[in-house]
Amino acid sequence: MTANAASPNHLQLTRDGQLRHFLTLDGLNRELLTDILDTADSFIEVGERSIKKVPLLRGRTVVNLFFEASTRTRSTFELAAKRLSADVLNLDINTSATSKGESLSDTLLNLEAMASDMFVVRHAQSGAPHFIAQSVTPGVAIINAGDGRHAHPTQAMLDMLTIRQHKGGFEGLKVAIVGDILHSRVARSQIRALNELGAEQIRVIAPGTLLPRDVESLGCTVEYDMAKGMKDLDVVIMLRLQKERMEGALLPSEREFYRLYGLSQDKLALAHPECIVMHPGPINRGVEIESAVADGPQSVILNQVTNGIAIRMAVMSMAMGGQVAERQQKLNELNELNERGLA
Amino acid sequence: MSGNTISSSASLKITGGRLLDGHRSETPNRALLIRNGRIAATGEAAEAAGADQTFDAKGCVITPGFVDLYCNLREPGNGQKGNIVSETRAAARGGFTTVCASPETSPVNDSRAVTHLIQDGADAGSPIRVLPVGALTRGLEGEMLSDMAGLTAAGCIALGNGSRGVRNARVLRRCMAYAQTFGLTVMLRPENQSLAADGYAHDGLVTARLGLLGIPEVAETASVMEMLLLAEETGVKLHLSQLSCGRSVEMVADARRRGIAVTADVAMHQLVFTEDALAGFDSRFHLRPPLRSEADRKALVAGVREGVIDAIVSQHLPHESAAKQAPLPDTEPGLSSIESVLSLGLGLVKRGELTLAELVRGLTSGPASVIGLPASISQDEIADLCVFDPDANWTPSSQSLVSAGHHAPVLGQPLPGVVRLTLAEGREAWGGA
Repeated sequence: MTANAASPNHLQLTRDGQLRHFLTLDGLNRELLTDILDTADSFIEVGERSIKKVPLLRGRTVVNLFFEASTRTRSTFELAAKRLSADVLNLDINTSATSKGESLSDTLLNLEAMASDMFVVRHAQSGAPHFIAQSVTPGVAIINAGDGRHAHPTQAMLDMLTIRQHKGGFEGLKVAIVGDILHSRVARSQIRALNELGAEQIRVIAPGTLLPRDVESLGCTVEYDMAKGMKDLDVVIMLRLQKERMEGALLPSEREFYRLYGLSQDKLALAHPECIVMHPGPINRGVEIESAVADGPQSVILNQVTNGIAIRMAVMSMAMGGQVAERQQKLNELNELNERGLA
Repeated sequence: MSGNTISSSASLKITGGRLLDGHRSETPNRALLIRNGRIAATGEAAEAAGADQTFDAKGCVITPGFVDLYCNLREPGNGQKGNIVSETRAAARGGFTTVCASPETSPVNDSRAVTHLIQDGADAGSPIRVLPVGALTRGLEGEMLSDMAGLTAAGCIALGNGSRGVRNARVLRRCMAYAQTFGLTVMLRPENQSLAADGYAHDGLVTARLGLLGIPEVAETASVMEMLLLAEETGVKLHLSQLSCGRSVEMVADARRRGIAVTADVAMHQLVFTEDALAGFDSRFHLRPPLRSEADRKALVAGVREGVIDAIVSQHLPHESAAKQAPLPDTEPGLSSIESVLSLGLGLVKRGELTLAELVRGLTSGPASVIGLPASISQDEIADLCVFDPDANWTPSSQSLVSAGHHAPVLGQPLPGVVRLTLAEGREAWGGA
């Protein structure tokens, strides 16, 4: 017997299959993911103009709701919203309402009452954006800017954009994700995107303590030995290692982790000569990646940051488009009913 | 029904239903005569007798009233989540005539005073029998023994730890040895807390995909093994409560073969749902122990079928809506389940996973024997009965539930099985609607 819960698709797509929230990549098909990438491509050009604005979200209010600290993600969301001509409000919730004991629902209902059109949500708990979209403010477009260990869909899509720019596409690609998969919302979204877009091989490289149980069910293969895992790679994605992991008895020491799973020039030499190096940031130099690699010719880490703005513009404009289309559709249906009533 | 509410002083004749208890196979269309709170006659003698009132049970199944070994009535201390009146009424609606009240109240039921408070509340407002379970350790802190003999004298039916663990194995061993002195039953939910840690979902496919914090299977099985070994050594009567893993069922079966006095139960929702229920972050299915894999579910159902698991419990744990209105990890575990236990079970019968007789055994004679109660439909027995129509449907909704908590396992979908009449000691506890 299945529970009668809403599927993510039911929640984030309109009846016509348009995006209206952006919560997870689960359930989004290749066509829609490609559409996001193509839309982002068209926005890259906007960033190169002297006046970097388009009027797509003019008159709309976007609230950046960050329940967890972030500099880079929040700034790129803010820039993206401003380039779309939206009014932007930034709220760091750890320091305001919730510390006064107000519940998450109450905080959000107050913001909704200020006629917000879109919430960009980062939260430490997996599923928080789902909860908001489903139970709290269904009329506001919710963009997931990272929830717990669950998903970071805009990060994964900007990574896909970066890969497509350098490799032309995804067919036949061998990609590895290295490091702390267990705690990584980025890795979960990347694995999902790479599978949907048709990458040939997705490897996760990590010790057993940093892998979720049944990780293969996500659509990847496990490699404990980094030297083996690097063979023939087209793309290697390094993940940030949080210092807390040593305290939780998941790893013995940073030094041992770097020796076994850090990306050094020696290990990179085992991959395909044109292998690109990616990292969602912020980088721990000397913990998961050698400085010479991070700054080297194969690194595309700074392209990722630039692409972040374009991807976020794409997702925000598409979700707002879906919300508007849905409202219009409901209005039309209502009008039709009224007319029939008159006739 | 002819006339008004059935009282214990009047006599009642129930005609036309199929009788079924856990001790024998189904008997079609036998009448029952109930007088002075007891079954006065069955069969032809009942048919021939006159009665003040009659109840036509055509198309219905008549079973002993259901017995729930693990239920939270929330009183004293958690009035926002439920109270004895609301939750025992919900139980009566579900066909239950006896519920064991978990000691996890506020304050914890670790003293005669709290036991009496629960009994007084039940005497004043419960339509069914409430049997308090005493706390195994003081304050359920897992450090000092509770006054087990005193609690038993006050009316506690067994000693338990509710949903909390006894972290220290030395304390657990001494609890068992002390309980064994007086022949008391200990009801324990097995969970190794250092392995469960901060988890709130089954460590498996869904946690991998959704990035939820997992409770590994071994958090339960390591604890089951420890409890079985300690029970073997101390000779205590051990009842393992709310099992969730297939491996636990195997271990219980092995222990029984070795002669260890162990019984076990499982929550009905563990027989029906799996980890997939969390796929949409539905906080209703935030449960402890968590819903596990399909293989575990099948093994638990087989455990009930084969009698390794003696009892099916409701694990009723009602909440106010705020407790569930948050991102999944921040919500409280538990369901308002007692009103739909029978219906979920009938769903299993419809799908051929259990027979009706196995289901009824798990709800009546199985749990009754764990706490030493009778549960059969025969002359002179106390008239604790449930009359239900297995072919009628009802649709649970937050408006229609009797429980103060509105987070039922199924909402807005029709379920089979409607309780027409619950009789507790011959009195009408639920008259159907």
